[in-house]
Amino acid sequence: MNFDLTDEQRMLQETVGQLAEKQCPVTEIQKRLESEEHNAALWKALSDLGVPGLAIPVEHGGAGLEVLDLAVVAETLGYHATPGPYLGHVLAAHAISLGGNEEQKKRWLPGLATGERIGTIAFAETGSAWDPEQWVLSGEGPLTGTKEFVPSADIADLIVVGLRGGQLGVVEKGAAGLAVDAVDCADLTRRVHHVQFEDTAREILPLGAATSTAVRDVGLSLLAADALGGSQRLLDMCVEYAKTREQFGVTIGSFQGLKHQLANMAVDVEPNRGLYWFAAYAQDHVPHEAERISAIAKAHITDRYMQIGRDSVEAHGGIGFTWECDVQIWFKRAMFDRAFLGSPSEHRERAVQLAPWAS
Amino acid sequence: MDLTYDSELESFREQVRAFIAENWPREGDGAVQKFRQLAIDSGYLYRHFPKQYGGSEQDAHPLKAQIIREEFGRARAPGEPLGIGPSMLAPTLLERGTEWQKEKFIPRTLTGELIWCQGYSEPGSGSDLASLRTKGDLDGDEWVINGQKVWTSGAHLADYMFCLVRTEPDAPKHKGISYLLIDMKQPGVEVRPLRTMTGTADFNEVFLTDVRTPRDWIVGDRGEGWLVSRTTLKHERNSIGGARRTEESLNALARLAKKTTRNGRPAIEDPAVRQRLAQIEGYVQAHKYSGFRQLTKDAKGESVGSLQLMMKLFSTNIQHDVSRLSMDLIGADGMLSAGSAHLGTPARDSQSWIGAYMYSLGIAVAGGTANIQRNVIAERGLGLPRDAAATRSSK
Ligand SMILES: Cc1cc2nc3c(=O)[nH]c(=O)nc-3n(C[C@H](O)[C@H](O)[C@H](O)COP(=O)(O)OP(=O)(O)OC[C@H]3O[C@@H](n4cnc5c(N)ncnc54)[C@H](O)[C@@H]3O)c2cc1C
Repeated sequence: MNFDLTDEQRMLQETVGQLAEKQCPVTEIQKRLESEEHNAALWKALSDLGVPGLAIPVEHGGAGLEVLDLAVVAETLGYHATPGPYLGHVLAAHAISLGGNEEQKKRWLPGLATGERIGTIAFAETGSAWDPEQWVLSGEGPLTGTKEFVPSADIADLIVVGLRGGQLGVVEKGAAGLAVDAVDCADLTRRVHHVQFEDTAREILPLGAATSTAVRDVGLSLLAADALGGSQRLLDMCVEYAKTREQFGVTIGSFQGLKHQLANMAVDVEPNRGLYWFAAYAQDHVPHEAERISAIAKAHITDRYMQIGRDSVEAHGGIGFTWECDVQIWFKRAMFDRAFLGSPSEHRERAVQLAPWAS
Repeated sequence: MDLTYDSELESFREQVRAFIAENWPREGDGAVQKFRQLAIDSGYLYRHFPKQYGGSEQDAHPLKAQIIREEFGRARAPGEPLGIGPSMLAPTLLERGTEWQKEKFIPRTLTGELIWCQGYSEPGSGSDLASLRTKGDLDGDEWVINGQKVWTSGAHLADYMFCLVRTEPDAPKHKGISYLLIDMKQPGVEVRPLRTMTGTADFNEVFLTDVRTPRDWIVGDRGEGWLVSRTTLKHERNSIGGARRTEESLNALARLAKKTTRNGRPAIEDPAVRQRLAQIEGYVQAHKYSGFRQLTKDAKGESVGSLQLMMKLFSTNIQHDVSRLSMDLIGADGMLSAGSAHLGTPARDSQSWIGAYMYSLGIAVAGGTANIQRNVIAERGLGLPRDAAATRSSK
């Protein structure tokens, strides 16, 4: 038994973390929060580390690593609330790696691997229809219809679109009839958009239908990882504040009530680290458990993240309720992680249907 | 015990309905104000305030009060305004104010004409409010006030502030504070908006620099401000603890569950959703009947005991539960901001639910955090010893 990250994975986390801290500390995030402009310098710096192509096969210009590597990076980016297109991008790359033919891979993956081209995924349809089984947008011919909550659609060069029958198609930037509308979303570090197609050209990924649930499951494990990182950050912020803020002549952290609340938060963070590791690891190594465990990990960890967000506001008192307090940044990332790709209750329902103990 | 609506009460209900049907909705300038005045004159609003101060001076009657709330609510007719003035300042003045203060301030506060803000919290003094440092010095016939308040809701709209100020620097912590009324529209009062996490600025920092207020704009005696403020806090707990709002939240939540879907069916048909709604209803019903108990005791001039201390925490806990379930129901719209407009679930719904999701946290902190409520319940309600640090620092 060796259930632990490798030295390389730790290094990766450390390197990405240092970069995130240096290039985009929270002061910088706060400053840019209301600017819609893509932080191209930050994405370039991440690209120089190879982040966009981590799991893209070596022959297509990537590092040929695994979902767990994507997940440890997601945890780190979640900890730092790093803005940018990471999540949609690596999922789009994954979809093309798994679902594309050789020619498509050759054409698209190298640009995605260097980060020079940005990818994203368009899964949701009206009424929270995230699941491949629920997609109704037809891919028979050119696309006409709407996709909702598409991350970074404004800067994406490639959009991997979920289609009826669980198929996947690719729409390229500038395609005729493609319209992108900004959504007034809570998380301003990962903006989402509505995408409309009007007789828009698409290219079908031949193995898409066999791939789309796997792409979703990778997404679920990355969201769980992001949520774990964000939860850890909120906990750290609360602990730091409890050590500095004084009331009644002592630091508030010396009140047992608050101390226990912070301890409870910690119990909702550290034990979940192994859960997201396994969910991500299973994607490559334990295929028969991958779907169920990623549903459980996403539902559980993003749900806890949201509650930790709520508890963090309370632990900070009045300042916790303000825009200027950093808590709100992670609170809103929790809103994203919780809702994106489907809410906890939907994934729990699916997990129960797949559960050996339920049959 | 008698909770049936006897024929007298049923005819009272008819009377209220007829009054509303005749007078609301109405049009033109100041329609709301005029309606409220009519409602006061007819004995439907501010029943426990004397006529002299703009109330309708009715005998306390919890069931009549309940009927009025129900009927006004049903018709969406303007009832007693929710502001901090009518709900906190006016009752405090009624209990502790001088005759001229009552006459000058209460009537126009009740109609919503005078807007108030509450200047208690300071950057260094929140839970430990009695450590506040804004100071007031008497200069002839006027107080001169210097300091800073924070999280002051509605200060940008307020005509006046009721404010805690340290006037007796040599007295022990709790005994050195006075309760002063301050005109906000004067030089030296600087209001800087603070944005909340929802994105809008509803509260403020207020900087007070050589601000002046007449010597007799003090409620209670010098150094009695802490005690006077406890009266106000009691009223704040009353109003925040209002069972009406939690009942409305539950009804709105049930409506949301009818409009949203779960597994392809209306969410209201999902057993898990039904269970959670019913669970919340347990608390809401308990809240409602606790409200009846409180009103009845109030009417008899008796105390309802430790229940009083629990109501704020009890109701904010309900709001937390409501918020969490609403977030489950709105699904993908849970990614929207508090002020967004979007398709899917009708726009206003989602955005107002997200606003409420965030506000349930603001409410949990405002007027004393949950932990401070727990301390009060444990210490005053259950008779447990006081927190060691708090005891030390009160000396
Ligand atoms: C939406 C909103 C509106 C407000 N409006 C007004 C207003 O109009 N006027 C006004 O004067 N104030 C207002 N406030 C301020 C409010 O009263 C204070 O925020 C509140 O009393 C907490 O004080 P604080 O913010 O300084 O937090 P702190 O007192 O610093 O508390 C920080 C954390 O420490 C915990 N803590 C502190 N002491 C203890 C203890 N002894 N035991 C256990 N835990 C403890 C708290 O529970 C909290 O979790 C408002 C606040 C909000 C959020």
